[in-house]
Amino acid sequence: MRGFLLLLLTLMAMQPGLVTGFAWAVDPGERLADPALEARARALSQDLRCLVCRNENIDESDAPLAHDIRVLLRERLKAGDSDAQVLNYMRARYGDYVLLKPPVEWSTWGLWFGPPALLLIAGAAILWTSRRRPAAPKPLAPEEQARLDALLERRDG
Amino acid sequence: MFRLKLIYLLPLVALVGLLGVLGLGLGHDPSALPSAMIDKPAPSFDLPPLLAAKPGLKTADLKGHPVLVNFFASWCLPCREEAATLAGFAASGAVPIYGIDYKDKPEAAKSFLEQSGDPFQRVGIDTGRTFIDFGAYGVPETYIIDASGHIRYRFAGPLTPDALRDQILPRLAALKAGK
Amino acid sequence: MIAEIGHFALVLALGIALVQAIVPLWGASTARPAMVAVAAPASLIQFALVALSFGCLAYGYVVSDFSLVTVFENSHSDKPLLYKITGVWGNHEGSMLLWVLILTLYGAAVGLFGGKLPRDFRARVLSVHGMIGVGFLAFILFTSNPFLRLAPVPPDGQGMNPVLQDPGLAFHPPMLYLGYVGFSMAFSFAVAALIEGRVDAAWARWVRPWTLAAWCALTAGICLGSWWAYYELGWGGWWSWDPVENASFMPWLSGTALLHSAIVVEKRDSLKTWTIFLALLTFALSLLGTFLVRSGVLTSVHAFASDPRRGAFILVLLALVVGGSLVLYALRAPALRATGSFALLSREGALVLNNLLLACAATTVFLGTLYPLFLSTIGGPSVSVGAPYYEATFLPLMVPLLLALGIGPLMTWKRADIIPLMVRLRLAFVLAVVAAAATAYLAIGKSALAPLGLGLAAWIFIATLTELAERIRLFRVPLGNSLRRLATSPRAAFGMSLAHAGLAVTIAGITVSTGWQAESIQVMKPGDSVTIAGDTWHFDGTSAIKGENWQGLEARFTLSHDGKPFAVLTPARHSFPLQQMTLAKVAIHTDGFADWYAVLGEEQPGGGWVARLYHNPLVPWVWFGALIMALGGIVSLTDRRLRIGAPLRRAKPAPEMPEPHVPA
Repeated sequence: MRGFLLLLLTLMAMQPGLVTGFAWAVDPGERLADPALEARARALSQDLRCLVCRNENIDESDAPLAHDIRVLLRERLKAGDSDAQVLNYMRARYGDYVLLKPPVEWSTWGLWFGPPALLLIAGAAILWTSRRRPAAPKPLAPEEQARLDALLERRDG
Repeated sequence: MFRLKLIYLLPLVALVGLLGVLGLGLGHDPSALPSAMIDKPAPSFDLPPLLAAKPGLKTADLKGHPVLVNFFASWCLPCREEAATLAGFAASGAVPIYGIDYKDKPEAAKSFLEQSGDPFQRVGIDTGRTFIDFGAYGVPETYIIDASGHIRYRFAGPLTPDALRDQILPRLAALKAGK
Repeated sequence: MIAEIGHFALVLALGIALVQAIVPLWGASTARPAMVAVAAPASLIQFALVALSFGCLAYGYVVSDFSLVTVFENSHSDKPLLYKITGVWGNHEGSMLLWVLILTLYGAAVGLFGGKLPRDFRARVLSVHGMIGVGFLAFILFTSNPFLRLAPVPPDGQGMNPVLQDPGLAFHPPMLYLGYVGFSMAFSFAVAALIEGRVDAAWARWVRPWTLAAWCALTAGICLGSWWAYYELGWGGWWSWDPVENASFMPWLSGTALLHSAIVVEKRDSLKTWTIFLALLTFALSLLGTFLVRSGVLTSVHAFASDPRRGAFILVLLALVVGGSLVLYALRAPALRATGSFALLSREGALVLNNLLLACAATTVFLGTLYPLFLSTIGGPSVSVGAPYYEATFLPLMVPLLLALGIGPLMTWKRADIIPLMVRLRLAFVLAVVAAAATAYLAIGKSALAPLGLGLAAWIFIATLTELAERIRLFRVPLGNSLRRLATSPRAAFGMSLAHAGLAVTIAGITVSTGWQAESIQVMKPGDSVTIAGDTWHFDGTSAIKGENWQGLEARFTLSHDGKPFAVLTPARHSFPLQQMTLAKVAIHTDGFADWYAVLGEEQPGGGWVARLYHNPLVPWVWFGALIMALGGIVSLTDRRLRIGAPLRRAKPAPEMPEPHVPA
């Protein structure tokens, strides 16, 4: 499944430079000495999209650009940036596209509020239907009524 | 009774909407990303020169007149494709073209420029940071920067003569007319 | 010559499909038995022709006939035989042929085993199925013909992406297709029912085995796919909410909802229009997945046959198949409305909740997959939707679903009382709370979701066991009696218990492997050791290895615990000269409760190698659980009520007795 995204990576790998081999993701050399800071860096890089590979986050990606962004975000963290500041830093350069969790804006209302809205509306509809009493049985047709009367008469009689 | 029936039409309506989106999506190129840097000032940078004969590139060089900034690399095949177009445009002398050599071996870059007819007035060496500050995601990319140093347009991918004529030249003309 | 036979068989199959699409349907509506009788043989012949065609293509691959474009582009004479065969469906043209092969296989199965269905109904089902066949055979012949020739014949092929040269590819795509193509059968049954204007308990029972078969295959297919991604791609994870994965997950969610709602139709003669809608929707989502993967409309890095012309063709197919069925639905569904009502607190009420939550979950995945496309086509901003979005929207929907899953099977039809239910579930409740509390204690500072996950897993597991124990009256009657009850109780009920327990296993696997994965990435030289989660990994050294079409290098790690070695792992790097590509081959040691997982990175200029080593506790349970779920489906499938004595339709549906409102 996910392998199919490697198909194009593979094609790209034939052009030198775009993808250099398969050096999987985070290099030992990139990492920060402070474990707390490094943990924040790992978490943040899972929220940032690798722009070249498109469907991976930069934490998983082996693209050189992803490597650069990982290093950059660690520098920002070391400089004392908050998580939000780091994300905003990336967003200023690459737009909302770089965030794997889209910000809640008018344009993403459908995305964020669609499922809860559906849940509420459909849930309300189900409640409403179940509260409704079943429709009263249809009055019997004259011939049915006659048969019923006959049956009752026979039993009573 | 009619209202009850309308509910059963909803899936059909939803499908029509979905087909519309998918149909429009077919004509849409997922790789064309709008740049978030449009109309923002160019980032600040100061890149060392690649060539002894030409200066490097820094933010201040972008002020005063419209320019093109082109990210390239010797290892990038599309950059070789666009070299002739860029060289031709440089020869016309319409606007200065500045180059930023992205993640490259200087020797390889120098011989690439020698072979392809160096179109640049200034060439800076970037190890990757300026590239990110521009919001670039691949090479080659070409930016139009106006006289006040604001990024006005980004063209991603190799410049073809058609792209130059249809995308770059009209925007440069508009910038000059606006001045 | 062989290829021409294959091509010709495919053209013939299209002709047969056309006949199958028109003649039986016409015959059924004009009461001409001779025309109706065409359906079953047509479905068998269609299958035989497509199978012949597929065999011809496979032959082309096996003998490396590079005069065929697809063989040239996707194969190579050096490739091992297994991958020459799997290579048939490792590309767009071949995988579409496999798609149609499986489609016609299902058709033939109804033709062969559907003898108990009413004759006209079966004819209509097969006609509808034939229409789908026409669409896809035309798609192959007009846009993706695998039998196109090349001249001059190239000396050798371009080879196959080494990532796809893996035994996993032999099983994963066929299984996945058996799943989502299988939902075409539920679709055809639904459309046939709409044509006849009748949906009742008998219909629900007829459609159930087909839905169940497709669901089992899809469950196993998704499971295999994620396992393959885990061991082949080497990033330590197994699911990434990639659009291609979502494309298979949406029909799974909707198919699961369908399985559950069809039970309500069968038992309570209710939820009819909704069930029909789900049957249409599930196949529509399968088609949508096919479209998304093959048209390149999504950020198309992975779409493995991006071509707008093919996209346009599938879009037209989607419009015709789904649009046509929904028009019919809009016309016929209003007449199907059930008369019965039901109480919220009842088995059917729980199943409705299940459907509501599954439908919302499917909507979440759908929106996440398509919203970026939607925004950009209306000129909005470019956004990305990734794992963090699904974690925020999908997971919250799962919590009430899993809670209800524990209770639902213990509820009675029509009306259930809450107090006795709580008494019966007290053990499950207590153990779930204990599990959650214990996890919370162990997971301090690690994972906030882990207590919830393990608590839910325990809840489902114990509640499922409780239901099973009650059903066989365990400890209430002598053990022998209980076992006899187990043996004689309906297989469908046992299958349900298995599937639910399997889900609990998967959830436990997901929770623990996410919360307690231990990772260590470092440069190691031979002789170095690292300790991860209490185990010592000693790097013994590297050696050169060689395969049929690659050369490589293998590293050797000895794992030990408290000084006692317990496993040797040999992650490797294979270089494929043809593709100029190097693949990291993962090495995994598993004991069923945890995986030790090693990936060898690049050699460092200063000496040594990058080693990515993981301890993934309980990760095998993710797949064990999924396989148990699929197994549960298979057990249900063997229920004798589904196999023999398929219920005959009563001449007139019995009128629904209104539930008397007896005061308590």
